[in-house]
Amino acid sequence: MQTPGAKTGTRLRYIARVNRRPPMEAGSTPSEPAIKDSSMRGLEHHYGRRGFLLLVAGGLTSLVWAGPVSRLLSPLTAAGSQALGNLLPVGGWRIYTITGTMPVFDPATWRLDIGGLVKRPQSLSYADLKRLPKAEQVSTFHCVTGWSVNNVHWAGVRFQHLLDLAHPLPEATAIRFVSLEEPYEDSLTLEQVRLPDAMLAYEMGGRPLARPHGAPARVVLPEMYGYKGVKWVTRMELVSLQPAGYWERNGYDQNAWVGRSNGYRS
Amino acid sequence: MAIGHSVRRLSRFSRTERTLHWVHASAFLVLFVSGLCLYLPSLSELIGRRPLLKDIHVYTALIWLAALALILLAGDRRRLLAAAREIDTFDDDDLAWLRRRRAPQGRFNAGQKINAIVTAALAVLFAITGFFLWYGERDHAFRLQNALLVHDWLMYISFFLLLGHLYLALINPSTRHSLSGMTRGWVREDWALRHHRKWVEQMREGGDT
Repeated sequence: MQTPGAKTGTRLRYIARVNRRPPMEAGSTPSEPAIKDSSMRGLEHHYGRRGFLLLVAGGLTSLVWAGPVSRLLSPLTAAGSQALGNLLPVGGWRIYTITGTMPVFDPATWRLDIGGLVKRPQSLSYADLKRLPKAEQVSTFHCVTGWSVNNVHWAGVRFQHLLDLAHPLPEATAIRFVSLEEPYEDSLTLEQVRLPDAMLAYEMGGRPLARPHGAPARVVLPEMYGYKGVKWVTRMELVSLQPAGYWERNGYDQNAWVGRSNGYRS
Repeated sequence: MAIGHSVRRLSRFSRTERTLHWVHASAFLVLFVSGLCLYLPSLSELIGRRPLLKDIHVYTALIWLAALALILLAGDRRRLLAAAREIDTFDDDDLAWLRRRRAPQGRFNAGQKINAIVTAALAVLFAITGFFLWYGERDHAFRLQNALLVHDWLMYISFFLLLGHLYLALINPSTRHSLSGMTRGWVREDWALRHHRKWVEQMREGGDT
């Protein structure tokens, strides 16, 4: 045992600011029992660096297996995702809602209304919609929050077929899409909905659009971020001036081109 | 417990170690909050201003990495290396402590060592996946489909790790005095004897760590 004063040169030293007593004897009180024997320390293992390297290596391999595992777990995360405020990814997708509950699709009552600046307003049932010429495409879905899902197989209706039914008036320049999930809405110009891979999709991966993905129909425009792709669409309104949609009112760009909007610079 | 028996203070964390801790902690908080605002729709709605939040997130990450590098360059490297060695080394007492929480511990107990190791690994993985997220936007050849997923998972893991850390450092009565070591640099000797007896003993023997 040495007194603190003898160790001022060492890095870890006593700082006896208040009471410069010599250290009490180890084991002098029950609360401070002595170390019985320093040989008890035994073997030393370099587990630290090994653990660190294993964690980093394991973490990096997850760049490969994270997607498949997340898809495997998606039945579990789908339930939890809503409960936890859309915190959990579902099969590569993240299901975002603005109200916390997803609209329920009832084929008997659901209608797709096409109105506004049109000659012939329409009110299509689900069956009517499916009777229109069916288009299919495989495209990549980009979300503005940074995730993407590659090679999504969509099927649905090209907007031109819907426009042909309703006959837009000459002053119409854009379509306002209104969701069953109020007050979600967004819009696309007529030029944008006529892009070759824009559609009103009612199937994903060969199956009817699931509730989290906007059953029964949603807007798909792969060139733009997902917030432009209104889910649970119930109304299309032809307008002369493109209104600010839900996210546009929150400061997002009206023209949400992937890689060229919302602070993304390419 | 005989508190007040001794008011001796033991220097536990050097200025370099404390700087490293607080740089990492504050960067984590800024990145965590800005990241959640970018990621959670409910928060995105509340805040809006996505480009600004994104800049905050990205630049904080850069400042965080630069600050860590600066600490390594300008700080007390000998001390940091010594701490790394302590954290790397698990002796039989550490293994016994992990099993039963009853074995004399050094300056870091086995749990603190594991926390430090996991935190370091998380930092490396956050930086790598974050780089791919940032660079993948500019060059789609680097866009890894799972990078965001992994970045999220790291967030969940580090969030729960942080909750445990905060509980032990701020709430749990028997351990919360350790906060003093990370703020003022010193801990009471009577507390250290209960929690880090081998460390106290080493210092009494005059041994450097």
